Amino acid sequence: MEVQLSGILSQAADGARLVECTGATIGELLQSLVLRYPEMQKHLDEGVAVAVNGEIYRDRQDQPIPTNADVFLLPRIQGG
Amino acid sequence: MPYETDFTNQGFTKVGTRVNRPDGVDKVTGRAKYGADANAAGQLVGRVLRSPHAHALITKIDTSKAEKLPGVKAVLTSKDFPDLTGGNRGLMDILENCMARGRALYDGHAVAAVAAIDADTADKALKLIKVTYKLLPHVTDVDEAMKPSAPIIHDWVRTAGVTPAPTAASNVAQRSEFGHGDVEAGFEQADVIIEKSFKTEQTHQGYIEPHACLATLGPDGSGELWVTTQGHFTFRNVCASLLGLDVAKLKVTSSEIGGGFGGKTHVWTEPVALQLSRKANRPVKLVMSRDEVFRATGPTSSTSVDVKIGAKRNGKITAATAELRYQSGAFPGMWAMFGAMTSFACYDLKNVKSVGFDVLVNRPKVAAYRAPSAPMAAFAVESVVDMLAAELGMDAVDFRIKNAAKKGTKASYGPVYGPIGIGPTLDAVKNHPHMKRKLGKNQGRGVACGFWFNFGGQTCTDLNIGVDGSVNLTVGTVDVGGSRASLALIAAEELGIDYDQVRVTIGDTNSLGHNDTTEGSRGTFSSGMATIFAARNAVEVLRQRAAATWDIPVEQVVWEAGEARAKGKQNNNLPPLSLKEIAAKSPRTGGPIAGHNEVVADGAGVSFASHMCDVEVDPETGATKILRYTVVQDAGKAIHPDYVEGQFQGGAVQGIGWALNEEYIYGDDGRLQNAGFLDYRIPVCSDLPFIDTQILEIPNPNHPYGVRGVGETSIVPPLAAIGNAVSNAVGVRMTHVPMSPPRILKAIEDGQA
Repeated sequence: MEVQLSGILSQAADGARLVECTGATIGELLQSLVLRYPEMQKHLDEGVAVAVNGEIYRDRQDQPIPTNADVFLLPRIQGG
Repeated sequence: MPYETDFTNQGFTKVGTRVNRPDGVDKVTGRAKYGADANAAGQLVGRVLRSPHAHALITKIDTSKAEKLPGVKAVLTSKDFPDLTGGNRGLMDILENCMARGRALYDGHAVAAVAAIDADTADKALKLIKVTYKLLPHVTDVDEAMKPSAPIIHDWVRTAGVTPAPTAASNVAQRSEFGHGDVEAGFEQADVIIEKSFKTEQTHQGYIEPHACLATLGPDGSGELWVTTQGHFTFRNVCASLLGLDVAKLKVTSSEIGGGFGGKTHVWTEPVALQLSRKANRPVKLVMSRDEVFRATGPTSSTSVDVKIGAKRNGKITAATAELRYQSGAFPGMWAMFGAMTSFACYDLKNVKSVGFDVLVNRPKVAAYRAPSAPMAAFAVESVVDMLAAELGMDAVDFRIKNAAKKGTKASYGPVYGPIGIGPTLDAVKNHPHMKRKLGKNQGRGVACGFWFNFGGQTCTDLNIGVDGSVNLTVGTVDVGGSRASLALIAAEELGIDYDQVRVTIGDTNSLGHNDTTEGSRGTFSSGMATIFAARNAVEVLRQRAAATWDIPVEQVVWEAGEARAKGKQNNNLPPLSLKEIAAKSPRTGGPIAGHNEVVADGAGVSFASHMCDVEVDPETGATKILRYTVVQDAGKAIHPDYVEGQFQGGAVQGIGWALNEEYIYGDDGRLQNAGFLDYRIPVCSDLPFIDTQILEIPNPNHPYGVRGVGETSIVPPLAAIGNAVSNAVGVRMTHVPMSPPRILKAIEDGQA
C-alpha cells in the first residue's frame, strides 16, 4: 500500500512524501515502515498517528487497514 | 477489538437530559477539596527560588546560610536532581524546566527550593540563598529569535525537518510543512490575491486555581502525591521517571481542579515537592503564587504569521499558503506544527501549503492551551478569508460555504475527511437570528470558523453495584468540565436506572489501570466509551444472577428498562427482577456485581465550529464592547447539553479575553511586567454578554452514542471572529492580537493617515 507522509516524518523517509509499505494492520504497517526507514523509529517512539480513510488512530495498533485505503502518517497530536 | 465501537443510533431516556451536576453542592459550599486543601501531619512548606534574569549562567549557588536557619529541613538545587533520563531529551527538558541546570533560561526559572516548618521560615531561607549569575544576551520575540544575530538558547538544537540536516545551532527547533497541489499554479489562476501578516501575543490559560500539591516520599522510594492536575497517571509516570521511582510505588490522587485548559497536563513543581519530601523525610506542601504561575508555568505561544490566499471571481479559492512562526519558550515544542496542520483545515483546497517554524526564546516553556496553536492560525487565515470575500464583493458566510471542506475533501494536513460538520455550522450561521440583527454606529459584525482534531486514548473504568442497588463508577480521567455528570448519565442509560443512583469517582493511580490525561477533548468521549462497555459487562453479570435465581439458561434473560426479564412462553410465570432486587441478593448469589473495561478509544472524530460576533468600538478610547456572541458547533451527541453549552461558552470567553485584553508584556530586560490578574486582565462577567449557543448533533461514526469531543474547538474562532468584527466596525484591518484600546487607536490613526 502507499503511505503518505508530511512534515518531519517525510524527512525521516529521505524526503519522500509517498512510500510503499505492507501490513494488514497499523502495527504491521509501522513495522514495515521502520524496516525500510530506520530513522522513523525515533518518531514512532515519540508517537505518531495514522489516518486510515480519514479516521485518525493514535494508539490502536491492531486497527485493520482495508485494501486500497487512504493512509496518512501524522505527527502525534497534543491537546489542552 | 473486544467491543463494538460503531455508532448504533439507539434511542435514549437519560442521555441528553439536563440533570444537576453531582459536584455542585461541594463546590458552592466550600467542601470540595482542591490542590491546596490537603494536609498531612508534620507537613512542611515548600518554596521555590526563581531567576530574576531572562538568560544567565548560574556560576555559584551558596545555600549554606539557608540550611543553617532553624526550621529549614531541606534545600535543593539541580545537584539534587541527577540525570536519570537515560538520554531521553524530552524528559531532560522537563527536568531542566523544573530546576535550572547551570543556566537560567527565562525570568522565573527555578534555581533552588526549600522546605521549612512554616511559610515565614521558608521565605527567609529563600532570601539567604546566594546565587551568582553571569548575565547572557536574551531574546523574547519570535521574529527576533529567528535572526542570525539572535542569541542562541541551546547550542545543541539543530533545526529538524530540513534537508540536508543543518550542522549549526539555531533557535528554530523544527520546520514542518503540510499541503498538497501546486500553489504557484493555483495563484496564477486567481483573479484576486490577498496577502497579509499577523501577530498574536502570548497568553496564559488563566486558571483560577494555582498549581498546588502535597507530596510525601520516603527513603524507601514509596510516596504519595495529592495534586491539581489534568492527568494524575501521566504525572505519576513522569515524576517516577525523573526521580528514579517504581511507578507502582507512587500513588497520585487528583484533587478537584480549578481550571486547567492544557496548563495542568505538564509537571512544573511536583517533582521538586517530591524531592524536597524525600530529602526532609516529611510531607511537603507546595503551592504556587499567582506571580509564579504566570512566570513559570506554560503559557501559549506568541506568534507571527503570513497568509496568502487567491480566489477566482466566482468565489472559489485557487490557492492558499501560510508561514507560521510560533515561539515555544526556552524548550523545543511542536506548536507551530499544530498551527500549520490546522490553519486551512476548514476548507476544500486543491492547492495549499503551510509551513511552521518552532522557535526558542527566553520565555517560560510553552504548554498546551485548549486546541493548542489553532486559534492563532485561525486568526490569520480567517482574517484573510474575510478580506478576500470583501474584495470579491461576496457575503463572508457564503464565501466560506462555497469553499468549506466536506466528506471526501483532502484535508490540508493530509487525510481525506469522513463525515464532518463545517458545512452545517456555516448553514446554521447563515440562518441564525443573530445575523439578522441590525448594527448601529461604530458597530461591526464578524464571523469565523475553527477546527480541532480531538482524540481518545488509553482509558480504564470500573463500575461496582452496591447491595442497595446504588452504583459507583470509578474513572481515571480527571473531571475538568463536567464529565462526572455525563458519565453518570451514560451508566444510568445502560443500566436503565435513575441518574441519582450513580455516583462517579475519579480514582487514584492505585485504583485503576493507566488513563491518559484529560486533554484533546477526550474525557467524555473516551471514559464514556469505557463506561458503556463496563456497564454492559455488569449487565452480563446481572443477567447471569437472574438466570441462576430462576434456574433458566442465561440466553433466556434479557436486560430491559433496568430489570432482568425472562423471555419465552415457558417463563411467563417469572416476574422481572430489578437491579435493586438482584443487588440485594448478590452476597448469596456469587458476591459483588461489577463491570470493568479497559479500552484504547480511538476514532474521536474531528470537530468544527463557526462563531458570530457583534462589537461596538469607542473611536475615542479604542475600547471594544462585545454586544452579541453566538457559538455553533458540532457535538456529535450532547450527553449533557448544559455542559456542552458551558464548554462552548467557556472557550468563547477565553477567546474574547485573548482577542481584546490578555497579553504577556516583557520589558527590554526580558522580565515579565504583568505577572498578576490586576495587570493581566481576563474577562469578568460584567465584560460579557450572554454567550448564545447552538448545538449541532452530527454523530461520530466511531462512538456507540455518536459522541465527539467538545471542549477545545470553541476557543479557535473567537480571535478571528472578533478581529473581523472590530475591523468592520473601525474600517481598518486589525492584524495584531490582543486588540487592546491602544492598538485599535493606533490602527485607526494609521488608517486615517
